Amino acid sequence: MTQPGLYHILLISAVLFFTGVYGFLTRRNLITMLMSIELILNSVNLNFIAFNKYLWPEAMDGLFFVLFIIAIAAAEAAVAIAIIINLYRSHHSIDVEQAEDLKY
Amino acid sequence: MMNGSTILFYLLAAFTMASALLSVSTRQIFRAAIYLLFTLIGIAGIYFWLSYEFIAAVQIVVYVGGIVVLIIFSIFLTQQTGEKLPSQRLDRKIFAALAAFCGFALTMLQVYKHAFGPSRQEVPSPDVRRIGQAMMGVGQGGYALPFEIISMLLLAAMIGCIVIALRIKPSKS
Repeated sequence: MTQPGLYHILLISAVLFFTGVYGFLTRRNLITMLMSIELILNSVNLNFIAFNKYLWPEAMDGLFFVLFIIAIAAAEAAVAIAIIINLYRSHHSIDVEQAEDLKY
Repeated sequence: MMNGSTILFYLLAAFTMASALLSVSTRQIFRAAIYLLFTLIGIAGIYFWLSYEFIAAVQIVVYVGGIVVLIIFSIFLTQQTGEKLPSQRLDRKIFAALAAFCGFALTMLQVYKHAFGPSRQEVPSPDVRRIGQAMMGVGQGGYALPFEIISMLLLAAMIGCIVIALRIKPSKS
């Protein structure tokens, strides 16, 4: 239990990232896969903020990257959910195992 | 030496990581969304702890107020209530956990081997006035061009969502 610093935040960020990877590999429901992607994006944001805070506190580049990533994540989530709802209308399921029309 | 700030950080870290793990492991999709909400709030708390209040506010407004609500609505639209997600095959779970753990170990090994520069904490965190001036600045260190590109991207995403989710009515003829 030491004074928290850069390494602690990098550890949290790595845990969140690979939790998201685990969720992405095990889940087969499109909405839960989207949730895993949100976890991964958040871990990246945490990394940017930590580097900005501890290594270059006088710059604001990490902060702006985080702002733009959050905006892009919001757009991505909206488009993904529109696609998921459309898929549910045509297939009555949002399981990725069922969405295989393009496969054959 | 433990002071209040350190204890608060460890509490936030434990809360965030525990709810992230629960979010990917629970089999009830609505609970997964609520645990994701707790994770995002915990990350906003870490931003507050780092005294980046503006980013914390943006995190709460966009993620907690926007994306999670959108996810919960789509769960209501697509899932039957009270139905659990089907359980995954055990070998797939084991291999996914193994891959995630190996990636985690490799990343942390690299992070601890790498010597980052000395951390400097005497500079105060940027306030909203500085952030706003840099976001609209066109000179050195200004972000006006990415800001405009993001606004175009959001417009395109909005129109795209409407087009994708539009229900095509069967024609009368």
